[in-house]
Amino acid sequence: MWKSHEKFERHSLILLIGIIIVVSIGGLIEISPLFYLESTIEKVDGVRPYTPLEQAGRDIYVREGCYLCHSQMIRPLRDEVERYGHYSLAAESMYDHPFQWGSKRTGPDLARVGGKYSDNWHVDHLTNPRSVVPESNMPPYKFLAETDLDYRNIEQRLRTLRTVGVPYTDAQLTHAREDLETQADPFASQRSGLKQRYGAKANQRDFDGHPEQVTEMDALIAYLQVLGTMVDFRTYHADSPENLR
Amino acid sequence: MSGLSYEAVARFAQQGGTIYFGLLFFAGVIYALWPRHKAQFQRLAQLPLEEDDGDHV
Amino acid sequence: MTQLAAPREGASFDAVALYIFTGVAAFLSLLATAFTPDPLFRAQGYMLLAAFVVAFAAMSLALASGKLRSDPTRYADGVIRAGVIATMFWAIVGLSVGVLIASQLSWPSTFYFPDLPWLNFGRLRPVHTSGVIFAFGGNALICTSFWVVQRTCKARLAGGVWPWFVFWGYQLFIVLAASGYVMGITQSREYAEPEWYVDLWLTIVWVAYLLVFLGTIWKRKEPHIYVANWFYLAFIVTIALLHLVNNAAVPVGLLETKSYSAFSGVQDALIQWWYGHNAVGFFLTAGFLGMMYYFVPKRVERPVYSYRLSIVHFWSLIFIYIWAGPHHLHYTALPQWAQTLGMTFSVMLWMPSWGGMINGLMTLSGAWDKLRTDPVVRMMVAAIAFYGMSTFEGPLMSIRTVNALSHYTDWTIGHVHSGALGWVGFISFGAVYCLVPWLWKKDRLYSNALVEWHFWIATTGLLLYIAAMWVSGISEGLMWREYTPQGYLANAFVETVAAKHVENIIRTIGGLMYLGGAVIMSYNLWRTIRLPSTAKAEPEAAVTPAPLLAAAE
Repeated sequence: MWKSHEKFERHSLILLIGIIIVVSIGGLIEISPLFYLESTIEKVDGVRPYTPLEQAGRDIYVREGCYLCHSQMIRPLRDEVERYGHYSLAAESMYDHPFQWGSKRTGPDLARVGGKYSDNWHVDHLTNPRSVVPESNMPPYKFLAETDLDYRNIEQRLRTLRTVGVPYTDAQLTHAREDLETQADPFASQRSGLKQRYGAKANQRDFDGHPEQVTEMDALIAYLQVLGTMVDFRTYHADSPENLR
Repeated sequence: MSGLSYEAVARFAQQGGTIYFGLLFFAGVIYALWPRHKAQFQRLAQLPLEEDDGDHV
Repeated sequence: MTQLAAPREGASFDAVALYIFTGVAAFLSLLATAFTPDPLFRAQGYMLLAAFVVAFAAMSLALASGKLRSDPTRYADGVIRAGVIATMFWAIVGLSVGVLIASQLSWPSTFYFPDLPWLNFGRLRPVHTSGVIFAFGGNALICTSFWVVQRTCKARLAGGVWPWFVFWGYQLFIVLAASGYVMGITQSREYAEPEWYVDLWLTIVWVAYLLVFLGTIWKRKEPHIYVANWFYLAFIVTIALLHLVNNAAVPVGLLETKSYSAFSGVQDALIQWWYGHNAVGFFLTAGFLGMMYYFVPKRVERPVYSYRLSIVHFWSLIFIYIWAGPHHLHYTALPQWAQTLGMTFSVMLWMPSWGGMINGLMTLSGAWDKLRTDPVVRMMVAAIAFYGMSTFEGPLMSIRTVNALSHYTDWTIGHVHSGALGWVGFISFGAVYCLVPWLWKKDRLYSNALVEWHFWIATTGLLLYIAAMWVSGISEGLMWREYTPQGYLANAFVETVAAKHVENIIRTIGGLMYLGGAVIMSYNLWRTIRLPSTAKAEPEAAVTPAPLLAAAE
């Protein structure tokens, strides 16, 4: 009785192990080289971790499910490059946990939306998309401007991102709250700690038209305005051998 | 891991994948067509047809 | 108090283990709810607490009254009955949310509410996809797998009360996930949106599911394992593997909802689409093929066309599927060699897919008249036909040049719906139509005419849906790349949005019709359950004839 029972278990375990082997080897061969091949991510200048306000805005972008209708991945096809700008590089999303490449364009690609529209336009458009683009079928996000940004744990968020590999410095972590408030403060000095820590190009202003408070709208627009603006394409040469992919 | 060149990985994944699949596929076909398994498969194919709508084991 | 709740003498080990587990879980969720600084986590904590307290109370009562003991001579069918009800419930919920978000895209001014952010498209879309795939499809898979594994192994489900844990644990997973989405708790990984703590809970439930399934196979009286169980097992094991890898993330805090993916950028994208495509391959395909390999032969009373083909089909399918993910990332920043590999295997995938389709269809050979006489058979055959159609379309769309046009457009939406509504929906509906009379001991369905209505309304809706998405997808793809003779882009993006308005409306109507079919089905099933029972008076009747016969002699 026990003997035959043992045989029964053996049969199903062979099947189980067979399934695991068959499915895991394919995945391993395909995925693991990406972590070891240096050419997976190009060498470019300018890509930096997000500022605390931009990261908070990115978390709102994720929360609202923007990726379900907007891609952030411009393909190297003539019409896309002319419509949206230089095709996306792997390096541009190397600090994106998680990636937001998207899979559907119910609305346009946003990989290089940064700097294309004014902050005011974004506020109007997010508040009521059809007031600016009559044919749009985007949802309204009026509540973002009415909701104070919750950044009680912003330092902890950046620290977690450092755990998973984003190279935040100790100074960037300890000044996270201060940098977040500075970035949305139109009266802060243009020689602020934020600019020292994240570079002179970092946008520092009131984004939502309400300088007295930091809203979710501030954070989201700060994120949208930095998208695709980090890489200096004058120093990037797609044809050079180290960028062969 | 600078030893891994783009070409080496591409070749390994493509050729290795094909050979691996070929071996597995033929092993599956041989198992399925092995004459000794025929009777067993015929019996197994009848399993769902046996009267078992009731809840008695 | 403890006296009252204490398990009576003879309570089985599995029941006591589950009882303790539930009590500990209730206590832990109380602590988490009390101490979290995160309001969203607290809201989810209240749900956990309510679920575990209710479960604990229910188990206390059941243990005190001596229930929860399993009779090894009987199949465990109660949990399957619950599963069938849950399947239909979530089908209606998932499809309704789908109709709502389709309406939002058609009539944004009417169906968006500026003061209700939780009803926005971005929050509801995961409710729709998870609702249909995991809630409806998952419940259909779990309950049919419990039926099939018991009947083909001739053994009662292993684990005593633990199959009930799998059932209720899975419903809790769905409720946590869906309520999280509308509150804005998401990882933004398509078809894997639930946050880390919901993922952990699903892992526990899934391991229990695997053990119940394997344990039942170990109890079998037949030395070999019927092929449907192979497909179910591959589905359970591979989904576990995919789930663990794709959801690798670091939470911001132990009592915070938010987490960040362990991977970034290009690696994150490949892992997500390796997951995403194999969720299609192993959840929506392998699992439902297991369903096909049992319910189609059973319903048409013919053995499967070729058992040998089913074996070759099984190994080729699970081998090839796992490589196909990168076709979701053509022309992206993913290295070219990985894209090529993904495309090659995707095209190869056509062969095992059609092997399975032929095996399913040809099972009817000699019984083709059933297509005419039995609407349930027709529904399952239509499912197999849609499976064949979408597994032809899939490899086509994975070719780089086709993908350049189809990617990011509604064509993809049409493709997944021909698979989800046509294949997954119809094969599940067919299986449920078979199961309900068996489970509730009726000799027939309440009305075959209503099955006919369901079939034709749903099929028409489905065809409207797919056709609308083909037209809108291909036309928007062409409009995006259209140039004027002077060499400028011919269309602003928003012109392509406006151009799809009519197709969006047709899609909404198609979805509404498919939902209508499911409502008709639910009514039909409810009336079937309320039919007078025709049970052959068992178990007494099964036992008594023997002594009677003996006495007569």
